[in-house]
Amino acid sequence: MSDLPKPDEFLTGIDHKMPQTDWMNTPTEIRKGMYCYASNYKSVEILGLPNARPWNPLEDDWKLPENWQQIIHEGFKERLDKFRSFKVFMDICVRCGACADKCHFFIGTGDPKNMPVLRAELLRSIYRNDFTTVGKILGKIGGGRKMTLDVLKEWWYYLFQCTECRRCSVFCPYGIDTAEVTIMGRELLNLIGLNIDWIATPIANCYQTGNHLGIQPHAFKDMLEFFVEDIEEITGINVDPSFNRKGADILFITPSGDVFADPGTYTCMGYMMLFHYLREKYGFDITWSTYASEGGNFGFFTSHETMKRLNSKMYAEAKRLGVKWILGGECGHMWRVINQYMDTMNGPADFLEEPVSPITGTKFENAKSTKMVHIAEFLADLIHHDKLELDPSRNDNFKVSFHDSCNPARGMGMFEEPRYVIKNVCNHFYEMPANTIREQTFCCGSGAGLNAGENMELRLAGGLPRANAVKYVHEKFGVNMLACVCAIDRAALPTSLEYWVPEVDTTGMTELVANALIMPGETKRETDLRGEPLPGMEEDDA
Amino acid sequence: MNGKYMFSLLAIFVLFLLPYVGVTAFGLKTLFGIFIPLIALTIFIIGFVRRIKGWSESPVPFRIPTTCGQQKSLTWIESSPIDNPTTKAGVVVRMILEVMLFRSLFRNLKFKRESNGILSYSWELWLWLGALAFHWAFLVTIVRHLRFFAEPIPYFVRALEFFDSFFRVEFFTDAFQVGLPGIYMSGIVLLAAAIYLLARRILLAQVRYVSLAADYFPLFLIIGIAVSGIMMRYASKVDIVGIKAFTMGLVTLNPTIPEGVGATFYVHLFFVSVLLIYFPFSKLMHMGGIFMSPTRNLTTDTRAKHYSNPWNYPVKTHTYEEYEDDYREKMIDAGLPVDKELAEVKE
Amino acid sequence: MPDQKQMYDKGKVVAGLVIFVVLITFPFWYNHLKAAPAPQLELTKKAQAAKNCVRSKDYMKAEHMQLLDVWRESVVRNGERVYVNEEGKEFNMSLTNTCLDCHSNKAEFCDRCHNYASVNPYCWDCHIDNPKEKK
Repeated sequence: MSDLPKPDEFLTGIDHKMPQTDWMNTPTEIRKGMYCYASNYKSVEILGLPNARPWNPLEDDWKLPENWQQIIHEGFKERLDKFRSFKVFMDICVRCGACADKCHFFIGTGDPKNMPVLRAELLRSIYRNDFTTVGKILGKIGGGRKMTLDVLKEWWYYLFQCTECRRCSVFCPYGIDTAEVTIMGRELLNLIGLNIDWIATPIANCYQTGNHLGIQPHAFKDMLEFFVEDIEEITGINVDPSFNRKGADILFITPSGDVFADPGTYTCMGYMMLFHYLREKYGFDITWSTYASEGGNFGFFTSHETMKRLNSKMYAEAKRLGVKWILGGECGHMWRVINQYMDTMNGPADFLEEPVSPITGTKFENAKSTKMVHIAEFLADLIHHDKLELDPSRNDNFKVSFHDSCNPARGMGMFEEPRYVIKNVCNHFYEMPANTIREQTFCCGSGAGLNAGENMELRLAGGLPRANAVKYVHEKFGVNMLACVCAIDRAALPTSLEYWVPEVDTTGMTELVANALIMPGETKRETDLRGEPLPGMEEDDA
Repeated sequence: MNGKYMFSLLAIFVLFLLPYVGVTAFGLKTLFGIFIPLIALTIFIIGFVRRIKGWSESPVPFRIPTTCGQQKSLTWIESSPIDNPTTKAGVVVRMILEVMLFRSLFRNLKFKRESNGILSYSWELWLWLGALAFHWAFLVTIVRHLRFFAEPIPYFVRALEFFDSFFRVEFFTDAFQVGLPGIYMSGIVLLAAAIYLLARRILLAQVRYVSLAADYFPLFLIIGIAVSGIMMRYASKVDIVGIKAFTMGLVTLNPTIPEGVGATFYVHLFFVSVLLIYFPFSKLMHMGGIFMSPTRNLTTDTRAKHYSNPWNYPVKTHTYEEYEDDYREKMIDAGLPVDKELAEVKE
Repeated sequence: MPDQKQMYDKGKVVAGLVIFVVLITFPFWYNHLKAAPAPQLELTKKAQAAKNCVRSKDYMKAEHMQLLDVWRESVVRNGERVYVNEEGKEFNMSLTNTCLDCHSNKAEFCDRCHNYASVNPYCWDCHIDNPKEKK
């Protein structure tokens, strides 16, 4: 981040003035800090995706197949025929501009092509030229243009400046969803081998090893066992998770990011403590899997087919292990995939049972078919039935706000469950302004595979609206901890907040639960999961 | 500088000259009065139906509603049956609110960067109000025009006229006479709202930047329709009985050209015809498209019910068997259970 | 790949289209493709004998409401009762005593067109019925 300006310079540097030249005549410059590195061809090969080769976006020659225009044209047509969403969204936009300033990337960069309407127009202009009679006749004045290399580069640049957060679709009078347009555009780019490495390598890893980080089975077990030691140090209890165990009642799947990097690791420890608590108290029977060790699905950022290929492991593993249903951890796009795609793609999961909480007897009617329950739903139900012994005062050092992650918000509608849980394990909870939360929540700025290091300026720009709302509650209420239910958030927000509001940390919901959870037989806790002294224990710290 | 709205304005001017010159100089009343309107209506209906049919030929493989409210999960958590509808009734209400009241646009916010660096978002209702006024006024104006196309005039048309014209401004000077006949609010509101929408497009830098000629053209056209209509009613009055005899002839497919009807009428009629022809090939199809929008018209019970994708196909996956083959030794060493022991595989 | 000709959600889409077409073609089926003839006005003998109205026929067709409004303004607000037309002929500005003197057949003269064009003038709010018309 050394070559980035200071936050206030960054902020005053954002210019929302429109350029003098028409957008079609404004060339795209692929700028350092705003784009992600091209995919490693080896990763592309592992999945058997098209046109695996080394290439560099900054070079003139992108090493495209000779007939790339034909591939794009035919791919476009195929998707128009397969997805009504795509076809309707290409046709009915009236360019009212309601979406324009709803995009965190437009707010943060001021680049007009980051207005959702123009992002979609990048594709619509080709659509008009290639697939509508009027567009062909009228040409440029009709808003059409030919597919050229410059257009292609513009697509690549701006389709990887969209995090598919769907905030624009909340405000669109026709429900036009730019995420859907970006998804189709990225599918088309993938047909000719234009991907980014921060997506391509995780999906190759996930395909091969079961998770994005490429953690092999024995290493996965090792990593969780490190957490076992940490937990024992803090609580004096050995939590002993089980792996790949056939005959368990429930399979647990969470994003591998939580196994790998702080502060997600604390959330992961939280899961392990929770499951141990439930096993000791109620005989709860759950297993982790090393094969389905990834909740996240970067295939979603590649193509519907890749999404399906990666997602298939969840049901396959549930079937192999013979569990009754699946519990899912805290993750954003994972839950959009589960909630809106999984059952249709890889279901029906008729080999599983309709999920029932073995502890409270609650039937999760809303997950009757998919047979997958969100940990926040599961926890809210437990707390509502008073099944957890909690000491919220252990979180008294935190003044907490909750960041609704895009996908659980706008692709699911899970607003109350995590809030209910957090309010029951924390004494100090403050909401951010109403038009920055729930269905109007702002993206962390790094979703949809854009959480790389080389595009830091883009990420900080995209993270600005969220961070700015955090700053507001930090200044007004002294909020110092931002809770979320998404592994990408936990990876992205610390960076963004460190830049914009360094006084605020990021946490997962379950970490807060585990802090407050009074485990049977635990030693007197002196620190939270992060090793920070609990309230009132500070003097012992010396 | 902006060629896009100049192009559209020019197009409207040409479209004005066609019937004006055609009728006044060449007497092409049959062409502009009968043939073009009937052809236009035919194109409109066939084009509209074909367009919708075209959309329906693409399936909706995945249910992707935008959830704008609390999901239905645990019984004790209040869910949003309309913004996150799990039932068809909820979807119907959501769609009605969307189509009739532009609910999503109602949420519109305006982003502002305050001087202290804080970003703020304020409720911005003008676009919603302008759009709502425009569309409703247009609808009322169209229904009102049924008095020219029906005999006897249906009660709902008379009632609508009554409510639309209850507002009566009467003032009188030699130069400017208003008040007779009674003012139809819808016509005035339609014109005002269309001018607002146009002004917004031209004056707001962001909206101007994203606008195409195809965005200005229909606005100019509708303004032209409204102005010519208002002219005939309030200024250069026309023989309304003669016009009705003509329009009735049109819709009974037995048209005769009326005597003594001026060029304004032909301009009005031609503009309407152009709008009808243009409609199915343009963004104006949002009228039908809103009903087909998968982020709004689907239930959100996607975890509770199985929905299938008509083109779902098997994909290549990395199976557990392959995975275990890849890592068996390491798994055994780490104490992870395996389906096949090393010995079994070696044989 | 989906079958190109297949319609998805056919029931709903067709139902919607039928409603659309029915609404759009309302004038065609409502009138059963038969136009009631435009109303013919009947002139009383007195009107026929007078040959000319206060202004030309075409002017009166389109502008009579405006003229009446002007007359009302002059009489009620300004107390001027004499109207001089383009040919210099003088008339008493009075709906009842001038207009309805010739056109004493309100039902056949005024109402026919007003009904046909769905016009509800409020002349008759005050000028209750037609005092000159005797059955």
